[in-house]
Amino acid sequence: MHAKRSAVLFAWILLAPAFFYVCAIVAYPLIDTFILSFTDASLKKTTNWVGWDNYDKIFNETFAEVIIRTFVWTFFSVSIKMIIGTFGATMLNAAVPGRALFRVLTMPPWIVPMAIGIFMWGWMYNGQFGMISGLLQRFGIVDGPVAFLAHGSTAFWATVITDVWIGVPMVTLYMLAAMQAIPQDLYEAAWTDGAGRFYRFRRITLPLLVPSMITMSMLSLISTFNSFDIIWILTQGGPNGETTTMIIDTYRTAIGSKKYGEGAARAVLICIFLSIFCLCYFRVTSRLSSGEKQ
Amino acid sequence: MKEPAQLINRYRWYEIVGIYCGIAVFLTFVLSPFVEGFLVSLKPLSQLFSSPYRFIPENGSFEAYRTMWESVPGFARYIFNSFFISTIVTTVVLCMVVPAAYAFARFEFKGRGPLLAAFLAVNMFSGAVLLIPLFRLMRTLGVLNTYFAMIVPGVAFLIPSAIWLLRTYIMRIPRELDEAAYVDGASHFYTLRRVILPIAMPGITVVAITTFIGSYAQQFIFALTFNAKSEYMPLPVGLFAYFGRQEVVWNELMAASFVGIAPAMIVIFFLQRYLVSGLTAGAVKQ
Repeated sequence: MHAKRSAVLFAWILLAPAFFYVCAIVAYPLIDTFILSFTDASLKKTTNWVGWDNYDKIFNETFAEVIIRTFVWTFFSVSIKMIIGTFGATMLNAAVPGRALFRVLTMPPWIVPMAIGIFMWGWMYNGQFGMISGLLQRFGIVDGPVAFLAHGSTAFWATVITDVWIGVPMVTLYMLAAMQAIPQDLYEAAWTDGAGRFYRFRRITLPLLVPSMITMSMLSLISTFNSFDIIWILTQGGPNGETTTMIIDTYRTAIGSKKYGEGAARAVLICIFLSIFCLCYFRVTSRLSSGEKQ
Repeated sequence: MKEPAQLINRYRWYEIVGIYCGIAVFLTFVLSPFVEGFLVSLKPLSQLFSSPYRFIPENGSFEAYRTMWESVPGFARYIFNSFFISTIVTTVVLCMVVPAAYAFARFEFKGRGPLLAAFLAVNMFSGAVLLIPLFRLMRTLGVLNTYFAMIVPGVAFLIPSAIWLLRTYIMRIPRELDEAAYVDGASHFYTLRRVILPIAMPGITVVAITTFIGSYAQQFIFALTFNAKSEYMPLPVGLFAYFGRQEVVWNELMAASFVGIAPAMIVIFFLQRYLVSGLTAGAVKQ
């Protein structure tokens, strides 16, 4: 065997490129964001230290609204994603002819560049000529055209549904994998005891899926919280800011209005929320994996 | 006598009908934007803006697939840019991630756990959160409006998940294989190159595909912020060229979308078996 020290050195050499790259492009900007958030940085040449000013400005009424909206948006998007994804996985797990093809057919929303899928939804939501409005009129559910993206409440749900659509393939595949990891002999034992299909699903499948569901919801929560493209392409945060989430607001302030300092303070707030989610995720996963070992 | 496994998986006829109905509802939700997008690409523009709404095009044609090249002359360039950026990003990510994943999977060293956790934490920060300092960094380096500005940050945000996925894969390769190589006097580097790399190839392929897809998805926000030149514009932002002053040329936009995604879809179609099994295996073990 090789000496232990040379092995450790070798491991660090292997890690070094990835480590330093991520430090330069993620860790350094993260620190820079914190520093910037205490300045009035903008396109101006001079930058002054302003202390907590940017943070004071954040906690006005509109921004409190934005924070609440972000959480509501994320909550509904993640829950609906989990429900539809688990439903899809249950269906695709059944041993019926054609399921290999059906599994492949769930993947397009994930594979296709996000922007393209969003453009397609943009058309479907079109009030005058879109499919959803058109079909609703055909079947006499509504009288006139419905411009989904022009009104606050419908625009909000329209962006949620599109986010669900983008996230569903990942949830489905993950839940499918979790279902297939359940030992078959559990089902066989229950079956010999005379348990019906629904009973087996409720008493074996569902309880054993809970850890995977928690893990997936945490991962989904983080990506949904960070979601930018969908809202930006569909509504740019409108109408009247009713689809503005924290990410959209940060982008508008920093890149749109060139108020880097104020934008950075918003970004710091997002980082704090993300760190809390991250900690929860670590705790949950480590508790789940230690529970498995016992 | 039948095996229980076969018996418990046998469905009654109404269960089969129920399952197919469930699958149909699920796939309708997943696929309807694509179906509608395709139908729109076949419609002449006049029919798009007429009411009442028509789902199936009347005398549809592939006309839009021809005119889309004329109305946005730079379109071929956008497709090239997208593939070019994603190819470079994927290559760079693999060069850094393969050694790192091997180190995490096989070596015991101080700080391994925290470092892995740190990489996972990086995964949580999207490019959107760090856009301001990244923008300033790119401006200072003088690389705004070049391919660099889209490639450099793209790589960083794809490294962590790639490391996690590949590490799980390498950990499932029996350790005896590397140990046998050491006993025969092979160096660590030789073992990585000649023993681990060939066996880990399916895992590396899955990581390459997911990184490629991820890079394609990232191109929107980075290109929107760091690049204003149509010369370097990738497909997701380039599609905005179909948004005219007055109205959006929807049939051409949809035709262009399908032309843009066709190459990727073909590649994925051939690799999908790999992809489903690799992803699910990586996901469960996590």
